[in-house]
Amino acid sequence: MARRTQPILKQLLSNSSVSSSPDVHPFLSLVSTRSVTYMPRPGDGAPRAVTLIPGDGIGPLVTGAVEQVMEAMHAPVYFEKYDVHGDMKSVPQEVFDSIRKNKVCLKGGLKTPVGGGVSSLNVQMRKELDLYASLVHCFNLQGLPTRHDNVDIVVIRENTEGEYSGLEHEVVPGVVESLKVMTKFCSERIAKYAFEYAYLNNRKKVTAVHKANIMKLADGLFLESCREIANKYPSIKYNEIIVDNCCMQLVSKPEQFDVMVTPNLYGNLVANTAAGIAGGTGVMPGGNVGADHAVFEQGASAGNVGNDKVVEQKKANPVALLLSSSMMLRHLQFPSFADRLETAVKRVIAEGKYRTKDLGGDCTTQQIVDAVIANLD
Amino acid sequence: MASQIVRRLLRSSRNSQVHPKVFDRCFSADAGSDSNLIRATLFPGDGIGPEIAESVKQVFRTAGVPIEWEEHFVGQEIDPRTQSFLTWESLESVRRNKVGLKGPMATPIGKGHRSLNLTLRKELNLYANVRPCYSLPGYKTRYDDVDLITIRENTEGEYSGLEHQVVRGVVESLKIITRQASLRVAEYAFHYAQAHGRQRVSAIHKANIMQKTDGLFLKCCREVAEKYPDIMYEEVVIDNCCMMLVKNPANFDVLVMPNLYGDIISDLCAGLIGGLGLTPSCNIGEGGIALAEAVHGSAPDIAGKNLANPTALLLSAVTMLRHLELHDKADRIQNAILKTIAEGKYRTADLGGKSTTTDFTKAICDYI
Repeated sequence: MARRTQPILKQLLSNSSVSSSPDVHPFLSLVSTRSVTYMPRPGDGAPRAVTLIPGDGIGPLVTGAVEQVMEAMHAPVYFEKYDVHGDMKSVPQEVFDSIRKNKVCLKGGLKTPVGGGVSSLNVQMRKELDLYASLVHCFNLQGLPTRHDNVDIVVIRENTEGEYSGLEHEVVPGVVESLKVMTKFCSERIAKYAFEYAYLNNRKKVTAVHKANIMKLADGLFLESCREIANKYPSIKYNEIIVDNCCMQLVSKPEQFDVMVTPNLYGNLVANTAAGIAGGTGVMPGGNVGADHAVFEQGASAGNVGNDKVVEQKKANPVALLLSSSMMLRHLQFPSFADRLETAVKRVIAEGKYRTKDLGGDCTTQQIVDAVIANLD
Repeated sequence: MASQIVRRLLRSSRNSQVHPKVFDRCFSADAGSDSNLIRATLFPGDGIGPEIAESVKQVFRTAGVPIEWEEHFVGQEIDPRTQSFLTWESLESVRRNKVGLKGPMATPIGKGHRSLNLTLRKELNLYANVRPCYSLPGYKTRYDDVDLITIRENTEGEYSGLEHQVVRGVVESLKIITRQASLRVAEYAFHYAQAHGRQRVSAIHKANIMQKTDGLFLKCCREVAEKYPDIMYEEVVIDNCCMMLVKNPANFDVLVMPNLYGDIISDLCAGLIGGLGLTPSCNIGEGGIALAEAVHGSAPDIAGKNLANPTALLLSAVTMLRHLELHDKADRIQNAILKTIAEGKYRTADLGGKSTTTDFTKAICDYI
C-alpha cells in the first residue's frame, strides 16, 4: 500500500510545484499547521516600547524598513527614536535611560571612525549596558544559492573585554602596547550563556574557539572556564578548535559547526567568516544581550554602515535587520508575530524576485519592504 | 620513533664518512665549477618530511636546478646554544647559504626547550611569512578564482609571549607593535608586489578598535605606500576582509597584516584552495634570508608509507627558486606540478587519488 501511494504522492507534489504560480510558497507548510496554542498572561498583548537608534549610513534605511513592516503587521511594539551618530563623543545619557527603561533596543549600525581618537560607540554601548554576549545566527536561506550548503552556525562572542579593552599606550616612540584582558568572571558567564543557549534551542554541540597554543594564559583561562561549564551540560557535546584552523574549516567544511563560543576578537572574525559563507552580512540576524538588556542589530559588522552610493540610491539590504526584528519579537514573547515576520522575509528571499545588489539583484530597500508586507499572512 | 633515530644515525654516519654531496657533484660533472651551484640548506623534518624532501630533490635533479643541498637534521638532544633541538650548525648553515627549505617539524613535548619553528623564527629573524594562494586548476574546491598573496608580520604583535596574571582570575596579554617591524614588513610587501607584477596591496587591520597599535601599523604601511605610487594601496578592516574573502576572493591581490590576523587569514586562504597540503610558504628574514617551508603537520600516521603529498613542499621550493630569481626553472617545475594535479591520473590519497608519493613525483618529473 505504502509502496503504491508513494509515487502517486510524489507525482501530486511535483504537479503542484510545477503548476504553482509565484504566490504559492514553499513555506506555506510552515504556517498552515498550527501547533498547540501559546497561552499568554492577561496583559501580555499590551504594546511594548522599544528604543530605536537609526544610526549612520544605511542604518536609517533599514530601521525605516523595520518600522514600516511592524506597522503593517500591527505588531504590539512602538518605537522611541533617538538620533545617535558614530562621530559623537559618547552615546547621550537619555538613550541609555530609554534602553534601561525599555530593556530592548533595535539599532542600525554606528560608523566607527578609524584612528580618530574617538572610541567606537558600538563598543561603548555594549560596555555601558554590560551586553556581554553577542549572538549571530549564520544559516543558509532557502532560494539563496551560496558556495556552501547546510550552514547553520550560531556564533556567541564575549563582548566586553579581550582585545577590545581599549587599553593601549606608547611605551617609547615607535613601540606601542595593547592589552588583552581576560577574566575568569567574563569567560565563565559567556560560556554559561553559550551552553544555556544550546540547551534551550536544542543545539547539540558547542565549540570553543581559542589560540591557547600561543596565548597560554589568556586563552587558557577562557578554555578552562568553558571546560568547567561543559561538565554541567552532559547532553551537549563540547570541543575546542584553534582560531586559524577554525577559519580554514569554516571555508571548507562549515557543516561540522553548531554553536561556537569565542573571546571577543576571534568571535568578530568567525562571525563574519560564517556570515560570508552563508550569504553575506546583509542577511544575518544577530543581537547583543546582557543580564538586563538586549540590543538587536544586523548580525555581523555593526560598524560597517555601507558606502555612500548604497545610501544615496536607497538600495541597502534590510533582510538582516528584519530577521533581527523577528528575533526581537521572539525575545519579547510575541512568538506568532515573530513567525509571521520571519516567514514573510524568507518567502521573499525564496521567491528570488526582489533582491538587493549584495544578493545579485537590483532592488531598492523600499521594494523589498513592499514585497515583505505583501507576503505577510 | 626508534626507526627514525636509527635512520638519522645512519645518515649522519654516512655524511661523516663519504660526503655524498661531493660525491654527487663528481658525477654530475657538467655542472662545472662550484660557483655555478647555489648552496641551500635542507631540513627534511619529521614524519613524512624525509619522503617529501626526497621528492623535491628528485624533481630538482630532473629539472637540472643548479642547487646543492646541505642536509640538516633535528638533533637528538638540546643544543645549549639555541636552547632547542636544532643545532647551532644548522642555523649557521642557513645564515651562510641565505636560502633554505624546511619540511614539517614536530616539536617533542617537554620542558626546557623552545619550539623548533620558534627557534628558527627568532634566531634567523624571519620577520615575514609569505604565502601565495592560488587555485589549482583541475582540483575542484568551492572557490576557483583565488590568486592572492598573504604577507604576515612574524615577530611581534599578539605573539610576543608576554602574559601575566594580574590578580586571581584576571589575565593580561600584551600585543606589541613597533614602527621598525611594521615598516620592515610593509616594505617587503610592496617590494614583493612590485617584483611580481602585482597591482594592489591591502593592509588588514582592526584600527577602529585598537587605534594605537593597529593605527601604528597602518601609518607605517601608508608611509611605504607613498614610495610606490604605481601600486594601489587600500586598508581593509579584518572582519570585513574575512567576509569579502569567503564571498569573493578575487577581490584581493597582496595582503599585508600583523601577526595574529596574518595567521588567521593565511589559513583561511589555504582553506579556500584545498588545505595546507597544497599551500606553499616562504619566510623572509633579516639580511635576505629566505626559508621556504611546508606549513602542514608531520603526519606521523602515514610516515614511511609512501603516501604523503609533496605538493606543499614542492611549491614552497618553487617560491624559493623565485626568491633566487631562477624564474625559468621555477616556472617549469610549477607547471609540471599543476599539470600533474590537473590531469588527475596521479594524485595522492588526500586529493582523492590512489598514487604513492613516488608515482606522483615521477609523473611530475615526466612533465619536466
